[in-house]
Amino acid sequence: MCTKIALVGSPNTAKTSLFNLLTGMNQQVGNFPGVTVEKHWGKFNLPDGRVAELLDLPGAYSLNAYSEEEKIVSEILHNKQHADFPELVVVTVDVTNLERNLVILTQISDLEIPVIGVLTMNDMLIGKSVSPQELTNAFNQIPFLKINGRTGEGKQALIDFISACNIQPVEKFISFPLKENLNIAEARRDAESRKTTIVNRLKEVPSFVGVTRHSFTTKVDKLLVHPILGYAFFGIVLFLIFQFMFSISAIPMDWIDSVFLNFSQYLQTKMPEGIFTDLITQGIVPGVGGVLIFVPQIAILFFFLGVLEETGYMTRVVFIMDRLVRPFGLNGRSIVPLVSSAACAIPAILSTRVIGNPKERLITILVSPLISCSARIPVFVLLIYLVIPNKYMYGFIGLQGTVLFAMYALGVIGALVVAMVMNKFIRSKEKSFLLLELPEYRWPRWKNILLHLKEKVQAFVFDAGKIILAISIVLWAFAAFPKINEEQVAQGKTQIEESYLGQAGKTIAPVFAPLGYDWKMTVSLLTSFAAREVFVGTMATLYSAGENFEEDESLLQRMREDINLQTGKPAYSLASGLSLMVFYVFAMQCMATFAAVKRETKSWKWPLIQMGYMGFMAYTLALLTFHIFS
Amino acid sequence: MKKTLAQYLPGQYAQIVSVAEHAMGAKLIEMGFYPGKRVQVLFRAPFRGPFAIDAGGAVLSLREDEASLIETIDC
Repeated sequence: MCTKIALVGSPNTAKTSLFNLLTGMNQQVGNFPGVTVEKHWGKFNLPDGRVAELLDLPGAYSLNAYSEEEKIVSEILHNKQHADFPELVVVTVDVTNLERNLVILTQISDLEIPVIGVLTMNDMLIGKSVSPQELTNAFNQIPFLKINGRTGEGKQALIDFISACNIQPVEKFISFPLKENLNIAEARRDAESRKTTIVNRLKEVPSFVGVTRHSFTTKVDKLLVHPILGYAFFGIVLFLIFQFMFSISAIPMDWIDSVFLNFSQYLQTKMPEGIFTDLITQGIVPGVGGVLIFVPQIAILFFFLGVLEETGYMTRVVFIMDRLVRPFGLNGRSIVPLVSSAACAIPAILSTRVIGNPKERLITILVSPLISCSARIPVFVLLIYLVIPNKYMYGFIGLQGTVLFAMYALGVIGALVVAMVMNKFIRSKEKSFLLLELPEYRWPRWKNILLHLKEKVQAFVFDAGKIILAISIVLWAFAAFPKINEEQVAQGKTQIEESYLGQAGKTIAPVFAPLGYDWKMTVSLLTSFAAREVFVGTMATLYSAGENFEEDESLLQRMREDINLQTGKPAYSLASGLSLMVFYVFAMQCMATFAAVKRETKSWKWPLIQMGYMGFMAYTLALLTFHIFS
Repeated sequence: MKKTLAQYLPGQYAQIVSVAEHAMGAKLIEMGFYPGKRVQVLFRAPFRGPFAIDAGGAVLSLREDEASLIETIDC
């Protein structure tokens, strides 16, 4: 009986393709306990009607573990009592990389776990092919077979093998015992004798001797890692991704926005008036819309990241960026998430799983919301219209544009400085190392990219979505209750002003008074937690004006004329306006970011720390700004 | 003369003599830097960035401090 099977393989050995080939759409994803490494498993049918379970273990070069992924593989395979301990291990072996990929195969075999080697990348060899039978003969009769992940050739032979499950005991390659945590000397001794054994055994494989592979990689790399052209090319790639996330995604996002708006208006007319209807039309429907609105950007970012990873270009990005980002405690793989944060931090945070080192990943997550996202633009633009004169310096440098640029620059500088500080303070169990394989460039396997993309979108909608929906319902309730009465309406009061949220804003207004804010701004800071651009809508409600301030001047007019009752001066001065903008640059006023960080760090601790440090920075720097300009 | 892999220029070949007694030692050996192996430095990332090394079968990248754990001779 072999129905509990694990798939093991080094990175870049087409392991995911084999997993998809065997299980098709019949797969599930979760997490290994305690870590953020994804766990994939699936089922497939054997010819005799039995169902085999396949666990896709994370990529690992060796059981002598260095990465989080390798630790998981090592832990499972060393513990017979482990719930995921397999009856058979299928190891993917890249034929162009036999020396390296056979390390983990022989280790598993030495643990006396039945193992079969599956040769992949056979099409990368020139003119020759490696014979599975010869490998079997040279490697203590371990069975080997060939598979083509794209055409599915060899799949049936593998299923037949699993079904028959005719396993013979295999002689050990290395006699001294393996255990889960070898010390430095033991690990080195195992590595050295194992490597020597493998190299010597491969000399007994006639079809392997003199094998050469296609190598156009070196020529392409002359350009892609070039000191000037390499960075220029990467710049173009980033620019393209950013364009798609920023402009193209606006089309489906507007569509989702209007569908949910129309739906909630439709329900409003069809359902009886009352709290329940309000809950549905103002709380739940917009809340669900507020989750789905992120899907286009998430899908676009993961599509591009998938292409970069699949083609092998991402490793070159890591290669050329490593030296530049190390002082900040970041990883070359942090760059794409950080740049895409300028569109939205949510997809950026979800995409940080490609960063292997936990510390570098955490730093990337913690600083990415500091990069100004598209939701801050309406806030900046409204405030700039209000407090920055439409003048030109030296006749051509627009003052308004300069301030907008300064806000973006402030976010980027903030992110880098915070990353540097965190690099000093966050301690890490793992030593940072690079030792990275630069694989051959390849055409992307679209199916792998799309399956991964679908998983990510699902995970966001159902996981982070729950928290976002819950917070948006709570925010709605605080803004909708208590209901204002007719007397208050007659006095010109608004619902938001009299609500719990409005009252809270008024209560804590003294805390924000040193920053130059009045109670209206304080209330808007609170409602902004739903999403930063809500600032504009709240202002429009509070000033009973139209929201579209670029066409309808009434909001700008009323805000300009408003007087801060405490100081007797205009509420929106250069000092208070800039102070508010600086606050928006640094504060984490975004429940969706909070939910995404909670999901990606598997804790409440990190999103709370993040909210705390960003709030602290926002408050102190806004205070400083207010004093400089007043 | 004994050198470390970090001292080689793009295009040069080196033969590995030993790998330092270090937490990264076993990993380097398993990845292909075992004594006796002949490797070639292919190129290096700008600003004294990582090395790209052809270690037979695959191109591996190493930071300078990782490359300096590998003792080599010219060949």
